[in-house]
Amino acid sequence: MTALLEVEDLRVAYGKIEAVKGISFKVDAGQVVTLIGTNGAGKTTTLRTLSGLLKPVGGQIKFQGKSLKKTPAHQIVSLGLAHSPEGRHIFPRMTIEDNLRLGAFLRSDKAGIDKDIQRAYDLFPILGERRKQAAGTLSGGEQQMLAMGRALMSQPKLLMLDEPSMGLSPIMMQKIMATISELKSQGTTILLVEQNAQAALSLADQGHVMEVGSIVLSGSGQDLLHDESVRKAYLGED
Amino acid sequence: MNELPQQLVNGLLLGSMYGLVAIGYTMVYGIVQLINFAHGEIFMTGAFGALTVYLYVLPDGTTMWIALPLMLVGAIFVAVTVAVGAERFAYRPLRTAPRLAPLITAIGLSLALQQAVWAWYPNAKSARTFPQIEGGPFEIGSVTIQTGDVFLFIAAPISMAVLAYFVMKTRTGRGMQATAQDPDTAKLMGINTDRIIVVAFALGAAFAAVGGLAYGLKYGQIDFRMGFILGLKAFTAAVLGGIGNIYGAMIGGVVLGLAETMATAYIADVPGMSQLGGQSWANVWAFVLLILVLLFRPQGLLGERVADRA
Repeated sequence: MTALLEVEDLRVAYGKIEAVKGISFKVDAGQVVTLIGTNGAGKTTTLRTLSGLLKPVGGQIKFQGKSLKKTPAHQIVSLGLAHSPEGRHIFPRMTIEDNLRLGAFLRSDKAGIDKDIQRAYDLFPILGERRKQAAGTLSGGEQQMLAMGRALMSQPKLLMLDEPSMGLSPIMMQKIMATISELKSQGTTILLVEQNAQAALSLADQGHVMEVGSIVLSGSGQDLLHDESVRKAYLGED
Repeated sequence: MNELPQQLVNGLLLGSMYGLVAIGYTMVYGIVQLINFAHGEIFMTGAFGALTVYLYVLPDGTTMWIALPLMLVGAIFVAVTVAVGAERFAYRPLRTAPRLAPLITAIGLSLALQQAVWAWYPNAKSARTFPQIEGGPFEIGSVTIQTGDVFLFIAAPISMAVLAYFVMKTRTGRGMQATAQDPDTAKLMGINTDRIIVVAFALGAAFAAVGGLAYGLKYGQIDFRMGFILGLKAFTAAVLGGIGNIYGAMIGGVVLGLAETMATAYIADVPGMSQLGGQSWANVWAFVLLILVLLFRPQGLLGERVADRA
């Protein structure tokens, strides 16, 4: 069986500065794969390249066996790759419901869209309560829920979540992580980028540790969680 | 005699012409943060497009009621072509350049378009007479609508209704709102932002073309410089209403038109201040209003700031 997503020797640069220096990994259907690492490791750059916002300088990205290197961002979504970006990036002056509808921009099945909006409200009841409110008035955690709900609206084959726990209170973070594991149990394939290594690794089937643009360590979530060097560097133990 | 109702209508008509042109400034700014200083010239080419249809396409002596719709099509066709061409060949290559580069390009393009019309349009080195609607004027109560204003009186509200419908109700309109708020994230939704930018330029040009035709009918002549002052006024209207906000452009236009008309009509009557009076001061009042708004409400009348929490 071929992997849903295959990244091979991917290189991305901002001008002359190489931010991702030839990384390779795979995501199989139904898996949760996480990229962990500190700020500036190249995790966000990797996701932005996968969704077409940045163009790689080298390497290969294959989604369902098809190369994405030349595909513009707005077409990548239609292939089934949804991206909930770092910092949420909800549309602040639109209502929650309009934000969700934009997530379904490429769909035309009205009944299916309404059903999926209801599904997002079931997943995140607070969004349903405030559906007519401008999204900019939501708290950080609620905005994160909206960003995830919006990404799900395109019915993705692969959901990419960039730092969903960033800047959230511990309680809100737990809620978000619980939702991710709920999505996982429903069979959603997820590529999760996190600085919170503990939370990410406990959910993940596969994990990759990134440092300054390279993958330095890979393994199953549980193995990495118990790996000595990971515990020292990312879980604050000595 | 009470001439206030008449002055109000005059102000509304003038203001709706400003509003039609202001839409283009505000839409393009809202989406690519570019002040398209060539937009006044888009308006001008629209007016010349309409004139071209009348002079060189239609048979001599065509009645205006038949000619008008075709002139409108010609105006929109020319203005949209010029605007889309400008976007494709002048602005798009500079999309990632520092902001000053496209701004200077816009000013250059404005001069180039003026000079192109001056040099190549037949007899355009001085003003050209614009065909006039037969009949009229029309009386509504104590108010007179000049024949030349009838088109504007009908076209402006229709245009604005069409625009509001487009932006709020259509799929492309929603894509446009999303692109204005966050272009990268709009792409993640599957919105082709390059196409949205072209649509914004085209739509702005179409409304400017309606304004251009209205201008020709209202003043009876057009010339290659007509877009300069009117473009500045429309830009003022856009800032007045809150740049980036399409309803703001409409309202800013109307407020500006009313203020200018009222000031011109009534300030002359202040005893001992006769030197302030008359039409020659119209532009002064318009820009005084701009300065006041920039001082006291810099975000414009409808400008809003919703906190984007990170």
